Amino acid sequence: MTKELVIISGKGGTGKTCITASFGYLSKSKVMADCDVDAADLHIILQPRIEEEQEFRGGEKAVIDPYKCVKCGLCVEVCRYEAITEDLTVDGFSCEGCSVCYHVCPEQAITMEESLNGHWFVSESRFGPMVHAALLPGEENSGKLVALVRNQAKALAKRLAKELVVVDGAPGIGCPVISSITGADHVMVVTEPSLSGLHDMQRVIGLIRTFNIPITVVINKFDINIDVSSKIEQWLDQNSVNLGGKIPYDPNVIKSMVMKKTVVESGNGPANDSIRQLWDYMSTHALRMETSHGF
Amino acid sequence: MWRRKVLESGSKMKIAVTSDGTSLESPMNPRFGRAPYILIVTSEGDLVEVIDNAVNVNAMRGAGIQAAKSLADRGVEILLTGHCGPNAFTALDAAGIKVGSDQSGSVKEVVEKCVAGKVTFADKPNAEPHW
Amino acid sequence: MLNRTGKVSQPMKIAVASGKGGTGKTTVATSLAAALGERAQILDCDVEEPNCHILMSPQISKSEPVSVQVPLVEMEKCDLCGKCGEVCKFSAILTIGKTVLTFPELCHGCGGCMLLCPHKAISDTPRELGVVETGNVGSVEFVQGRIRIGEAMAPPLIKEVVRRVNPEKIAILDAPPGASCPVIHTVKRCDFVIMVTEPTPFGLHDLRIAVEAIRPLGIPMGVVLNRSDIGDGEVGEYCKASSLPLLMEIPFDRKIAEGYSRGDMLIQTNPAFAEKLCELFENISRIVNKGSDTRLATR
Repeated sequence: MTKELVIISGKGGTGKTCITASFGYLSKSKVMADCDVDAADLHIILQPRIEEEQEFRGGEKAVIDPYKCVKCGLCVEVCRYEAITEDLTVDGFSCEGCSVCYHVCPEQAITMEESLNGHWFVSESRFGPMVHAALLPGEENSGKLVALVRNQAKALAKRLAKELVVVDGAPGIGCPVISSITGADHVMVVTEPSLSGLHDMQRVIGLIRTFNIPITVVINKFDINIDVSSKIEQWLDQNSVNLGGKIPYDPNVIKSMVMKKTVVESGNGPANDSIRQLWDYMSTHALRMETSHGF
Repeated sequence: MWRRKVLESGSKMKIAVTSDGTSLESPMNPRFGRAPYILIVTSEGDLVEVIDNAVNVNAMRGAGIQAAKSLADRGVEILLTGHCGPNAFTALDAAGIKVGSDQSGSVKEVVEKCVAGKVTFADKPNAEPHW
Repeated sequence: MLNRTGKVSQPMKIAVASGKGGTGKTTVATSLAAALGERAQILDCDVEEPNCHILMSPQISKSEPVSVQVPLVEMEKCDLCGKCGEVCKFSAILTIGKTVLTFPELCHGCGGCMLLCPHKAISDTPRELGVVETGNVGSVEFVQGRIRIGEAMAPPLIKEVVRRVNPEKIAILDAPPGASCPVIHTVKRCDFVIMVTEPTPFGLHDLRIAVEAIRPLGIPMGVVLNRSDIGDGEVGEYCKASSLPLLMEIPFDRKIAEGYSRGDMLIQTNPAFAEKLCELFENISRIVNKGSDTRLATR
């Protein structure tokens, strides 16, 4: 049965996408999924060739017909999101699609229409099949598109008999992250040795724990601050959270990224070694799969 | 005890089963709110309705809640599924629908198992909150 | 407008955003506010992972819970008509069996069920989203929002933080990462948006997305390039091609990274940046004033 590994970070910029891409290179039987739909970056490294593109309509927005509108202003009064302007047009950005205005309008001048929020894609990448998406800029990231990408990736993995779905998740602890992790087999949290990194990691672990999913933490660039790195290790130990590995700061990572490659493809440097070790650990222990099955 | 109830009331019970397909031979789908189809089968094994659950498969949240409402509106008395989250369970419970969770196999097989009195009904949800 | 020390002190709202997370938004926002001192107020709008407090160690004087109003049904008045469930777009209220169930965590607080219940059987009750905390860091006013873990909706809390902008100060708003809804709610009424990025393919890609999201708001933007000397020249090229002023560069310095990891502000690790950030503010003021002059001239 296909397993799903979701990689998140809490704090942005810890190296989550670089590590996810590296796992994409190292893993032999998988489908990649980019669920950071707000600011998707995985495709920069994986260079997917889009084979299927679909529109994503995530919710509804109210539309006022100016010919039927008698400017009574009742809609403005009832809207709790201040989404209707003085000249009685709907500010699509603020509209939550609740339909209260639609119900109260005495002239039935308001309709609820499905809005285009973004697109999702099924592609073939350098590392195999990939499902990804892009929200239109400024749109609401309600987590629905994230859920869609995951479901499509899982269905694709089942069809192609792939062992694993590797998901690049979203930063933060809100809707899109929740949508990335529910029902996952394992969540890997990438953190960095800073007080902010520790703080954000604690919050995101608090979130994951409400869903009862196994967790492994990775400390990236750990040698930037050995003290804080140790603090993180101590906290993990006290809270019975597994540490999967520590990756040293390595300028090769940025160099590879600028060339749009993963650091493990170059095959040298300390980060390359650590990430390979981390992958061995994740694939043989954390996900409890035999590498001899070649996934 | 359950079988006796069928004989006493003299009417067929409606059983809902979450399914991957539209026939009695289809494999069950484990997710309640987001199964592609929900089949309504009588206690005598007759398929009376196939609910296309597409609107809930694509819903943002509340899929389980809406699916529960669909079953309540149809007078379903038993649901057989894989897992059912806490919101869906609360709704099903309020409607008096018994939930047989952790079930698997084909729709036909699981209905027969239920009629034979071999299904234990859950007293709480067996899935964490999820979307 | 100059204050008593002869420094530019025109109140305005400056958001610090990025597109990509981890580029140095909070680094720039906190040091900018600290460099401006008593002229400034800092508001941490990254309510999911607020970090300004880690670098600034504020004295918090007030903590207010922020709630959304969710339905409470008085069953004695209810006749199970089901209208509330029909109206609700979020499956947060449902008439089923012989009762009405509410699912508060799904509720968006739209008030529809309460308004449209024919028997006026539904009233309001609060669901806590998180807190807004106010205080100060020396002479700098400090505001932050912190969302409850497990709460899905950030924008209502962000709005509450933004409401606390002090119109007499230079308000620096630390935005969440990304380019979606929460960022727009933060920057919406600002006079200027500083985009902090890094000269890498990820930095460029996410900068473009964020710029595209913010452009329709008509707010002037400028770029601060962090770790400016490691990476490539593409962000620079993009700025030129899009007429985005490149306002400041912060070269990579391991000491800055180490300082940040300890919770030190940029201007603590490298005090020379205090003056550079004040100059940054003066440049921004000029751009903002030129913009409003242009608008006046065209009337």
